[in-house]
Amino acid sequence: MPVQYYIFLSIALFCIGVMGVLMRRNAIIIFMCIELMLNAVNLLLVAFSKMWADAGRIDAAAAQIFVFFIMVVAAAEVAVGLAIIVMVYRNTHSVDINILNRLKN
Amino acid sequence: MSTQQIIFLVLSAISLASAMGVILSKNPVTSVLCLILTFFTIAGHYVMLNAQFLAVVHIIVYAGAIMVLFLFVIMLMNLNADVEPQKRNWLKYAGAISGGTLLVIMVAALRDASMPSLQGGATEIGLIANLGKTLFHEYVVPFEVSSVLFLSAMVGAVVIGKKED
Repeated sequence: MPVQYYIFLSIALFCIGVMGVLMRRNAIIIFMCIELMLNAVNLLLVAFSKMWADAGRIDAAAAQIFVFFIMVVAAAEVAVGLAIIVMVYRNTHSVDINILNRLKN
Repeated sequence: MSTQQIIFLVLSAISLASAMGVILSKNPVTSVLCLILTFFTIAGHYVMLNAQFLAVVHIIVYAGAIMVLFLFVIMLMNLNADVEPQKRNWLKYAGAISGGTLLVIMVAALRDASMPSLQGGATEIGLIANLGKTLFHEYVVPFEVSSVLFLSAMVGAVVIGKKED
């Protein structure tokens, strides 16, 4: 099976994430779309890991370690980001990102 | 068409459809459930790519921890389709066109790339013994640094989320 299938699937998932970030105003949905983009990259890394393992490279497991670290960073990011969103909600009673315009003043 | 390709196509169709569901549904709770479905299909892809350990960790971390956190926050704020803020229509179309253009350009750029293909056979590479050896031989320092990152994220979340008096 050509590895291109996985590349195109990852690109499609990543672009759906980009579209979600551009199209929505709810901060939580935007955050979820960022998670989707991270997962698209993870899927691509795992596919490349399999590709190089099949080609006989012995260090192909490094890509999966990389995916592991991306998951770690994503978990830390979600904890801090959701805390920020809860704080914004407590101060403005909304998760609409347009309200954050008032940071300008 | 081999069995592997059929499984790949079915999993891909489900994951793309539910990813579209994430960005198109009006109700945030539906979005979260669609995203959980997407994560499960991605875990299925990991199993097909001989990354069994990552598939299990992915389900535990994403579906088990992160999405529960999202669902918890959404239900805490009592968000639903009625209070969902909507962008103006032309902005939505602009976003969709930008994302679609990115998709077309990346696919066109990578269509003719020549790469080694995936063999059907199983490899030992995604098993926990192999990954543990790599992690603790070559990537010990990043592993320890990530523990510091977790600690600081935990402290940061508590400090940000605390009510100031």
